[in-house]
Amino acid sequence: MIQFEQVSKVYSGGQKALSDVSFHLKVGEMAFLTGHSGAGKSTLLKLITVIERANGGRVSINGHDIARVSRAQVPYLRRDIGMIFQSHHLLMNKSVFDNVALPLMIEGFSHGEIRKRVAGALDMVGLYGKERHQPIMLSGGEQQRVGIARAIVNKPPLLLADEPTGNLDPKLSMDILRLFETFNHAGTTVLIATHDLGLIARMKYRTLTLKQGRMLGAQELDPSASVSGER
Amino acid sequence: MSKSKSVSLSRSKLPLSGRFVMFFVRHVQHAMTSMGELWRNPISSLMTMLVLGFSLSLPAALQVLVKNAEAITHSWNSAAEISLFIEKQSSDRVMQSLITRIKAYPEVSEVNFIDRDQALAEFQRLSGFGEALSYLDSNPLPAVITVIPTLHYSSPDGARRLLTKLEQESEVSFGRLDIEWLERLQAILNLLERTVLAIATLLVLAVVLVIGNTIRLAIMNRQTEIEVMKLVGATEAFIRRPFLYTGIWYGIIGGILAWLIINILVLYLTSALGELLGLYGSELKMQSLTFSELIQLVLLASFLGWLGSYLSVRQHLKAIEPS
Repeated sequence: MIQFEQVSKVYSGGQKALSDVSFHLKVGEMAFLTGHSGAGKSTLLKLITVIERANGGRVSINGHDIARVSRAQVPYLRRDIGMIFQSHHLLMNKSVFDNVALPLMIEGFSHGEIRKRVAGALDMVGLYGKERHQPIMLSGGEQQRVGIARAIVNKPPLLLADEPTGNLDPKLSMDILRLFETFNHAGTTVLIATHDLGLIARMKYRTLTLKQGRMLGAQELDPSASVSGER
Repeated sequence: MSKSKSVSLSRSKLPLSGRFVMFFVRHVQHAMTSMGELWRNPISSLMTMLVLGFSLSLPAALQVLVKNAEAITHSWNSAAEISLFIEKQSSDRVMQSLITRIKAYPEVSEVNFIDRDQALAEFQRLSGFGEALSYLDSNPLPAVITVIPTLHYSSPDGARRLLTKLEQESEVSFGRLDIEWLERLQAILNLLERTVLAIATLLVLAVVLVIGNTIRLAIMNRQTEIEVMKLVGATEAFIRRPFLYTGIWYGIIGGILAWLIINILVLYLTSALGELLGLYGSELKMQSLTFSELIQLVLLASFLGWLGSYLSVRQHLKAIEPS
């Protein structure tokens, strides 16, 4: 699903963010991405979502070589990636329904279909019946779950989460992670970037660790142990 | 990496027929949403629309002025009266046949004949020589035929062409056409028309810039929304569309406002103009914009709205990227 081969990224200011990073996240796998602030987690996620492009090496997502994806094709690539952010990036002047429906509107689904799928996605994150609410009326955990509903509403094969539990207490964090587990069991590939090591320790998933822009091989668990639904 | 994979990237997951229908549904939805956005900020929207209305009303008002001026000059078609002086030795019979022939010209609308005696009497009356002329042995004046061309031939050019043709008649010794002032009037009208065109061009540019700037501000206001849309896979076209519709709405409403302003202006000027025209003994009424001109105005305005917002969107949307 995600394949990095000797990828390096240097920002225009000369700041070296990633060097020689290689890993392979298989279809149906769930993994954590950890490292200190500034270790390159965000950069790695930006390379996957084509917000940034690598200077060297090869990035391929869902079978597409990023170097060969043109600017005009980027939106279509992103439709296959559900993204969840720490600051959840909700549109505060729109209702919960409009927020979750956005990816479906973009893809051009009919109104009836959109209503059905939004209700389904909200049900899955435990917010059924809150369509008409404004995000500002919801708690932090609920807002985060609206963001998750938006990420999964068009059933993307890949789910990326950037510090999804950053602002939440441990119990809520665990709930959110259980949610990701559910999606993973349904066949979605999941990559979660977090520095919450306690959380990672409680769950037995593969962990990718970045340190000063390099991927540490030592902590890589045996992939076959954690892969579910692999070919 | 196979080629078919990268092709499939630019395809929607929906079936073709569904995409076709949804394309139109989306357009209507976007158009309506853009209208709704304008309603939500009525004051600032109205300000922009008024600016557009005033900018568009000036060239349109000048157009009305030119139209009315042309209508007035057309009503003075006798301006191009042609006087033909007939050879003195022509007999009455010859002259009658000449008059019949001239009347048959398709370019001629009216023919008047003044015979030599009438001409002398008129001269006596108007010149002030009075009795002195009766001492002359013979009448020195030729007979005159005055010809009024049809509307189509009353322009300086047309009248002159007709004159040359009439001078070919053997009985005509020479003809005269008083068109100098007509030519001057025509020149003034041409100048007026060009001025209108120049001013209109400048104001049209202003309209495009005003809309472009308004749309730029709208884009800045919705920067976060645009970033999120880009993150969840919206194409440039999808993000662009509401802004383009906003521009079109601005144009349409600005155009209608311009039309209203002109009607008020015409209403205001009608009485004053009526007085002026009354002095000239004219029956003309002040004309406003016709319905088809209103449609043209609104179409032009909506095109300008689209253009202004397209230029703005093309420049500013690219700059907004998620980070």
